[in-house]
Amino acid sequence: MNWLGFRTLFIKETMRFTKVYLQTLFAPMITALLYLLIFAQVLEGRMDVLGDFSYTAFLIPGLVMMAVIQNSFANSSSSLIQSKVTGNLIFVMVTPLSYLEIYLAFTLAAVLRGILVGLSVYIVALFFVQLPLFNIFYIIIFVLMSSAVLGTLGVIAGIWAEKFDQLAGFTNFIIMPLSFLSGVFYSIHSLPPLWQTLSHFNPFFYMIDGFRYGFFGTSDVNPLFSLGVVATFLVGLASFTLYLLHSGYKIRD
Amino acid sequence: MSIAISVKHIHKTFFSVEALKGINLEIKQGEFFGLLGPNGAGKSTLLNIMSGLTRADSGNIAILGHDVVTDYRSARLNLGIVPQELVFDPFFTVREVLKIQAGYFGLDHRCNAWIDELIEALMLSDKTNTNMRALSGGMKRRVLIAQALVHKPPVVVLDEPTAGVDVELRKSLWVFIKKLHREGHTILLTTHYLEEAESLCERIAILNHGKIVALDHTTTLLDQGVGNQRSATLFFTETPPPLSQDITSLISKQDRLSITVEFDLSRITLPVLLEQLKKQGCKVRDIQTEQIDLEDIFIDTIQRNKP
Repeated sequence: MNWLGFRTLFIKETMRFTKVYLQTLFAPMITALLYLLIFAQVLEGRMDVLGDFSYTAFLIPGLVMMAVIQNSFANSSSSLIQSKVTGNLIFVMVTPLSYLEIYLAFTLAAVLRGILVGLSVYIVALFFVQLPLFNIFYIIIFVLMSSAVLGTLGVIAGIWAEKFDQLAGFTNFIIMPLSFLSGVFYSIHSLPPLWQTLSHFNPFFYMIDGFRYGFFGTSDVNPLFSLGVVATFLVGLASFTLYLLHSGYKIRD
Repeated sequence: MSIAISVKHIHKTFFSVEALKGINLEIKQGEFFGLLGPNGAGKSTLLNIMSGLTRADSGNIAILGHDVVTDYRSARLNLGIVPQELVFDPFFTVREVLKIQAGYFGLDHRCNAWIDELIEALMLSDKTNTNMRALSGGMKRRVLIAQALVHKPPVVVLDEPTAGVDVELRKSLWVFIKKLHREGHTILLTTHYLEEAESLCERIAILNHGKIVALDHTTTLLDQGVGNQRSATLFFTETPPPLSQDITSLISKQDRLSITVEFDLSRITLPVLLEQLKKQGCKVRDIQTEQIDLEDIFIDTIQRNKP
């Protein structure tokens, strides 16, 4: 393992988003808080949520996880597509870094950005409402694994896309709908049966449901089952990404 | 002397186009080697296979004995490659870029002194904290060279390092590359310029349509007469009178007030040519000599020598 090389790529990927922190950290935090203000204002008392918690309290973990999901994905995908389009990906490709080291560095930087945005949304939201904390283990494990899944999906999208509009398509037709329809704003128990069933095919639903369990101790499905689903996705997508990198798909002729 | 770059039976096809048709080549350690060929000949493809950016369909390349696929870590540690295109990472400054590149190769802050040396040698001292975006083309080219050398590779590959570079920078790059060579680096260079290949390369290979069509010492190739070809455009103050047969036979292009002539120095020199034109009543206002494209001449020579 080229530890120093891996560490350098991870630091470089981190510097890449911290250098433009207004866009990569503050803007998504403000967006999440706008959702909080508007949805909490309009829907408080009108939504059927889990247990006896207020809708605003219910909403916050969902918004935090949505911020984690979207920003982890954005980090690795935008970095890769920019490097590909501008051609500077070769600086990484001609080095003694292995596929695993490249994958891990891109994904971990995505995890870090997801956590930073998620944490900032959480901290600011605490000014608005008291939030219980049932089991921090679930909170941490779901944040880590979900951001890793999305960081990995970002690597896949970044490798696959050849143009910015293809990546925008991936973001807007896959990531955004799946995250909005995952139960950020509602408990799936309040949905008609068909939509409830369909929601169970959405991997993001398990991320948010398991994460919420860490705060409230109650969830739509068993959190260990959710953990299993997210872990399976992570292993499957990571293996697929390593295969893509190894095959040279769209990055080596 | 051991082999720095060994290329064996390299084949590469892109879709239906056969870019490389079984390339064999050995470049010795410490050698200054020139790879020439027209655009699309397969030069960059070959270099990309060396650096791992492209995969060969068959055959193998080794850098100092390390296979570029099966032993890529060692191969890449020994190889520094300067790409042809001016690529850069717009997020970072010159010093950041160099430190990051060194880090990829497993080098920590202990290589800072070497980075300073590179910055100094490539005349980037006043740009170290400038963002890559703000650099001129020539400056970006120098950073690319520094990036390729940051891990002190014994084998350095430069893909047209002087393409689109002004004369002054070209000369300073030559001085720098010669210094690298004197210090023991093996240099593989692709170029379009006769002057460059003549003054730098000890041996030359010419690639055309994915095949090596000539491979020899530069002096041997030049002795075949290819270095005597000259081209000049002569501008007149008034339309010249009809010219004699021995001059019109040299003309490759003619306008009302100018002619372009191509000639062989062993047959006629420019002063003699000017004298003859004067005798025939031409009033020459200006002369413009042109850099001859080396591989054009070589390929021309090769084609002429075909049975």
